[in-house]
Amino acid sequence: MSKLLTDAPAPAKRNTLTKNQLPGWAIWAVAAGSLILGAAVSSLIGFSLVSWALISAVIFVIAGYVVTLSVEGARKAKDRFATNLIFATFIIAVVPLISVIWTVLQNGIAGLSYNLVFTSMNGMTGMVDNETVANGTEVLGGAYHGIIGTLLITMWATIISVPIGLLTAVYLVEYSKGGALSRGITFFVDVMTGIPSIVAGLFAAALFGLIFGPSTRTGFVAAVALSVLMIPVVVRSTEEMLKIVPNELREASYALGVRKWRTVLKVVVPTAISGIASGVTLAIARIIGETAPLLVTAGFVNSINWNVFGGWMTTLPTYIYRQLMNPTSPTNVEPSMQRAWAAALILIIFVMLLNLFARLIARIFAPKTGR
Amino acid sequence: MSQTLTETGRGRTGDKVFSGLTLAAGCLILFVLFCVAAFLLWQALPTFGADPSAISGGNGFWAYIWPIVIGTLIAAAIALVLATPVGVGVALFISHYAPRRLAQGLGYVVDLLAAIPSVVYGAWGIAVLAPALVGPYTWLAENAGWIPIFEGPASQTGKTMLTAGIVLSVMILPIITSLSREIFLQAPKLHEEAALAMGATRWEMIKMAVFPFARPGVISAVMLGLGRALGETMAVAMVLSGGGLIASLIKSGNQTIAAEVALNFPEAYGLRLSELIAAGLVLFVITLAVNMIARWIISRHKEFSGAN
Repeated sequence: MSKLLTDAPAPAKRNTLTKNQLPGWAIWAVAAGSLILGAAVSSLIGFSLVSWALISAVIFVIAGYVVTLSVEGARKAKDRFATNLIFATFIIAVVPLISVIWTVLQNGIAGLSYNLVFTSMNGMTGMVDNETVANGTEVLGGAYHGIIGTLLITMWATIISVPIGLLTAVYLVEYSKGGALSRGITFFVDVMTGIPSIVAGLFAAALFGLIFGPSTRTGFVAAVALSVLMIPVVVRSTEEMLKIVPNELREASYALGVRKWRTVLKVVVPTAISGIASGVTLAIARIIGETAPLLVTAGFVNSINWNVFGGWMTTLPTYIYRQLMNPTSPTNVEPSMQRAWAAALILIIFVMLLNLFARLIARIFAPKTGR
Repeated sequence: MSQTLTETGRGRTGDKVFSGLTLAAGCLILFVLFCVAAFLLWQALPTFGADPSAISGGNGFWAYIWPIVIGTLIAAAIALVLATPVGVGVALFISHYAPRRLAQGLGYVVDLLAAIPSVVYGAWGIAVLAPALVGPYTWLAENAGWIPIFEGPASQTGKTMLTAGIVLSVMILPIITSLSREIFLQAPKLHEEAALAMGATRWEMIKMAVFPFARPGVISAVMLGLGRALGETMAVAMVLSGGGLIASLIKSGNQTIAAEVALNFPEAYGLRLSELIAAGLVLFVITLAVNMIARWIISRHKEFSGAN
């Protein structure tokens, strides 16, 4: 019996379910083919890594479409085409990010030194830079005054924005009854997030120009300009956080006879504090890199100024801008470039740390709302 | 005993003060927005009343502002044309294509683009992008020079409108992506699964179930990106070597309002100061209008007001 069974001719039929389907290795084969073809074509027009990658990608997208079309049909081919394009967009989006970070690292690390972080540009003239280049000595002068300016102005902007933003968010979530005023505030806060930073700077300049005479430029004017940019961000993030505080907590507090304002201060805000803190940190990260409003409000100096209420102030972004666009020594720009890139690296590190810090707070102290 | 219950208790003043404070803070924001407009208008008034020959260019304010308004629109248009397809694609990638485990991390990566200060983008534009684009521009001028926007001779520094537009598009990409992503994620799961169950491919499912739901949200995301592109200052001020209004995007020339203000304000005084503030006012009005339309579209579709 068994002999008979095994002797029966094996069915030569292929599995119909996988008919008209490309095998798994097909897509890799197409990719390899496109890379080779791309190399060939790009070497015809003058080989470079960029043109190779671009041409290969285009060939790959087209070849993937054609191969799928011939085996799997038009619908699958369209799907493959869309998938490839969408993957391509992601790569396109990541390329500038990597390029920016790589450029700043590459140019910035060389300039990071004690001088850069702890000395100002006081007394640094073009002559000094010329000598540095001529003698090949270490670059003198740094961004100390810019770091101080950035920290002070950002601190004052935070001091102005956080109370206003917090109270507004509390009003919107706890007190308003969805009337015209609260809807108006919500709408205009959203609109305010889109105010161009230069307009905020002009507003502060115009405001203080009216009160203290034209061309009043101090750190505080800059802080006011930055607050205009910061307040809406604080309001939005705080509002979101207050909204997810469960109502049971408020009701439990009222049931104990606690007044509304104490409920808000002692129950609602503490519950949401981690989210609020992370929102505020993100808002700081957003304004710390602002350049345009500082150009028109804080002026530019080479020496250290600790007083936000008097005298011009330099911040890191304006320092980078001035060093790049108006090098200290017009004939030997190298030292200025080095200082600018190193300052840019410090600024990016500030911003990244703030972002990381905000995410950490949000993750570690996330409110346990059962959501 | 009964008196303690009806007694007007302690803490009522606290309640009143606190609710008053919150209300005041809310009103202050509206007041500030009003002030922004009012002070700009106040300081800009001398320009509107001034003798036309006293304005830069000598032909009155509108002749002065007209080319830079167009320049602003051109820069924003380039940025949008480049950033919209990429931004929507990246959002789709994160919401529907990337492996679940990776999706959130990839979202952070794109958000990092938003965290980089604009002055750093400007520096990158000068140091990396502009030199890299000189070759392509020369090629464009030679081979596509008959199209007015690619008319040669191409700039040999690469500091042109097109470069500025590309930098702007990188800067507005995260805005379009993060908002679109939120909306794509909110597309009804049941519709998506129904489409897949009927045998639709993933792309057909996205076309039939996700896009119709997300269209208004994506439009408003693009408009918010437009608002940012119109007002972005430093990238343009640093990357573009400005000049009069010209059609070619690969020659130096053109200027935007924001860059014009930032470049000239530090040295301005008197009527010139007022002129620049008036230019800022024009920019404010344009961006305000764009943002209000975008927000209005979002608020009509309350379910995805996932802004910020």
